[in-house]
Amino acid sequence: MQNDDLLRIEHLKKYFPVRKGFLSSAGAGKKSDYVRAVDDISFTLKKREILGFVGESGCGKSTMSRTILRLIEPTGGRIIFKGTEVIGLSKRQFKPLRGKMQMIFQDPFGSLNPRRTVADTMRQTIRIHRLASNREEEASLIHRALEEVELKPAEQYWDKYPALLSGGQLQRVSIGRVLVLQPSFVIADEPISMLDVSVRIGILDLLLRMRDKFGISFIYITHDLVTARYICDRIAIMYLGKIVEIGPAENIVHQPQHPYTQALIAAVPDPDPTVEASQLPIKGYVPMTTAQDLQSCRFFPRCPYAENGCRAELPTMTEVGEGHFVACTKIASQTV
Amino acid sequence: MALLEIENLKVYFFTRKGPAKAVDGISFKVAGNETFGLIGESGCGKTTVAMAIMRFVKPPGRIVDGRVSFDGSDLVALNAEGIRGLRGKAISIIRQEAQNALNPVMSIGKQITEIILEHEKVSKDTAWARAKRQLSLVGISEQRVKDYPHEFSGGMKQRAMVAIATACQPRFLILDEPTTGLDVIVQRQLLESINELKTKLHLTSLLISHDLSVIAETCDRVAVMYAGKIVEEAQTVSLYKNPLHPYSKALIGAFPSLKGTKRKLKSIPGAPPLLIDPPAGCRFQPRCNYATQICTSVDPEIRERDGHRVACHLVE
Amino acid sequence: MTTFWEKFKDFLVTLLGNGMGRIGLILIGLIIIAALLAPFLGTVNPQKAGKAADILLAPSAQHWLGTDDLGRDVWSQVIFGSRISMTIGLVTALLTVVSGTLIGLIAGFYGGMVEEVLVRVVDFFMMLPVLPLMIILAAVLGPSLWNIIFVISVISWPTTARVVRSQVLSVKERPYVEASRCIGAGNVKLMLGEILPNVVPLMFAQAVLMITEAIYSEAVLSFLGLGDVTRISWGCMLHFAFESGVMATTPWWIGPPIGCIIMVIVGFSLLGTAISDVLNPGYREMKGI
Repeated sequence: MQNDDLLRIEHLKKYFPVRKGFLSSAGAGKKSDYVRAVDDISFTLKKREILGFVGESGCGKSTMSRTILRLIEPTGGRIIFKGTEVIGLSKRQFKPLRGKMQMIFQDPFGSLNPRRTVADTMRQTIRIHRLASNREEEASLIHRALEEVELKPAEQYWDKYPALLSGGQLQRVSIGRVLVLQPSFVIADEPISMLDVSVRIGILDLLLRMRDKFGISFIYITHDLVTARYICDRIAIMYLGKIVEIGPAENIVHQPQHPYTQALIAAVPDPDPTVEASQLPIKGYVPMTTAQDLQSCRFFPRCPYAENGCRAELPTMTEVGEGHFVACTKIASQTV
Repeated sequence: MALLEIENLKVYFFTRKGPAKAVDGISFKVAGNETFGLIGESGCGKTTVAMAIMRFVKPPGRIVDGRVSFDGSDLVALNAEGIRGLRGKAISIIRQEAQNALNPVMSIGKQITEIILEHEKVSKDTAWARAKRQLSLVGISEQRVKDYPHEFSGGMKQRAMVAIATACQPRFLILDEPTTGLDVIVQRQLLESINELKTKLHLTSLLISHDLSVIAETCDRVAVMYAGKIVEEAQTVSLYKNPLHPYSKALIGAFPSLKGTKRKLKSIPGAPPLLIDPPAGCRFQPRCNYATQICTSVDPEIRERDGHRVACHLVE
Repeated sequence: MTTFWEKFKDFLVTLLGNGMGRIGLILIGLIIIAALLAPFLGTVNPQKAGKAADILLAPSAQHWLGTDDLGRDVWSQVIFGSRISMTIGLVTALLTVVSGTLIGLIAGFYGGMVEEVLVRVVDFFMMLPVLPLMIILAAVLGPSLWNIIFVISVISWPTTARVVRSQVLSVKERPYVEASRCIGAGNVKLMLGEILPNVVPLMFAQAVLMITEAIYSEAVLSFLGLGDVTRISWGCMLHFAFESGVMATTPWWIGPPIGCIIMVIVGFSLLGTAISDVLNPGYREMKGI
């Protein structure tokens, strides 16, 4: 492992059993099948890096983010943060680490307790991790955090309840709350999709500033490849619980190798009306898989280039460029 | 000849604190077979315009002034029976997250035949045959005509809504944020279906969105709305290449693209004004980088320049 | 930064500004004053029987609401009866809401087997027929104030538990609870800091319901003769009136207790609704304060 690897994820799995039978709601009953939300994911996050995860709904990106932070317990795999194995730690052992691995959520209106003022919310974080020894220190930490997220003057926002703030302002409060912990990395799960267009870029620029000024790494999760390109150094494309392609952002956008990535890019409409919409190289309408296909490429049913060999084995990652990997059986055989 | 002509439309919502001027003097025309776009952020009034055309505005909202001319007759002046006869038959609407508009206990086919039988005197068999055709028009297999909404995916439900809305071959279709909430591939398939349908049925449409790229892909002309007013109106290509109003410029500047090299973007500081108490003068002035003295006191009139209609003092 | 007293003062002022809150406060205020100042409100010992000549007198200067069939002053009975009603109402509500909320919180928050077991217990209690059970328990345990409180509490706590559990289940899923867990809040902190505060308005609504149900239940039990005869509650007064057989000709005897029962129930209902509304964040903006 190299020195600037902040987080290493190895073969992470989260399977949800589909149970049937009496008292199934309490956890009993027979397991009939699994929903493989996160299905063997491996990647590394470096220091000061912004890594994007792009995929459509149901691809498992949100489940993956919660599994990494142990908000949901993983079914298998390893999570290694700064050299320490995270899975298997007790709650008490994990708590100091938890402060260093944080998350910003999608819904700015739902992420803050409506009964707490802005200052109270920040205070909660400070008190849980004992970041201040007295009220003056508390106040100064809160003040600094609010100013860092551009909620100036801080006094104007101090006593406000979330009901009085706009989406963009609420998201800044959520970012400030996380900033107070001085995290090593932050998972941003669709942080701008519920915000107005004119406000989105401001929040993305704020995240970039957090990385530049404080060295915080980000895992940026989205279904929008365009904003991922704007902010990410590297992008991983997810499909049905697996990473199908990963590489530097510009490479992914300009030289996509995996057919799914190509389809995603072709599907994105361009704000320039003179740009012709390209053909959509994909079949069918819904990502889905059946129990029999566990050993085949998950994209097989929709792939325009699929061959019978694609059904026989799980594709492995092939390097097609500097730091650029693709999981495609056909590409692997061509690169030999 | 314009199929739809809106003149000085005003829709106010009367609250305890005073009237919120959601739509405050909007005028535009949509020609036959044209797709006209309305772009703006949340709260700018674009959905209220759609509701006003369909006469769906409920108290405390009211159409306070203006004309909505459809094929010559004023929809605002029409009585309840008259407008009900038009809805679904001559003018139809598809709304955001239409899956919620589907009746969960009725099959999709039944929901299509329901609207056909409501407006046209045809036999049940004819109606069902047409329902099947509608489904195939939007790319859904005809065999699914007896399926229930929960058996469809999100994108398919949206397409089913298109099938229902166009069942009586309306002349005018309003699409209010039809792709919001959909994944990008599903969105593309939906837009393709709609485009095909527009050509086959000779539809004129009004597409409302906050997403410039969706508008760019579908609309011939577009009007930019801000705080209840239209600030600029032009052909889509011309607006993109040569935006004249500062808000249009800022909005276009806020949309990143996948093509070409990455460019640095700027967000617009501040927030839209409260509609109960809009600023005197130009409503965008508090957030405008180029505002001058007159912008704070006089509300700019629409003027013509380079084929655009713009409401800005800085444009002569 | 505002202190607790300033916040409380603000809350009272807002409450008085709300129409329902105003009426509720007035009605309940009157009852509370009656309960607190009972000995000073022109009353005599309500159990003191009068002379034979003083039986069933209509209202007069000496007896503001007349007398009952034992010559006892009705006005005094009504005033002192308020103490019993308030005691029963408040104590029962407290016991019910506290126990119900605790069960509901634990069941809703922890889920799994714990929830299944607790839910079945609640369901069992809800299955029991209320009135017959109350009557049997009261008859078996004997007619004392505390037995009445116990009986009503046992019947009433399941409703609160169910309602609270429902609310907990929905609040548990809200993003800010997950956000707090992500920050590092432990289970207890989450329950008390995030979920409980959002359950409090519901608890108030339940408490009010419980108060009114308790007062009403007590009136019913007392009317049936199962109440505490040594303390004359409003229900007891109606019981005596019914037993005496002269109910039809003595409106001053049955009117006041009935009127007071109605007043208390209406007053608490309005007050409870108003408090629930006012405590909602965003209420002030909506009203334009």
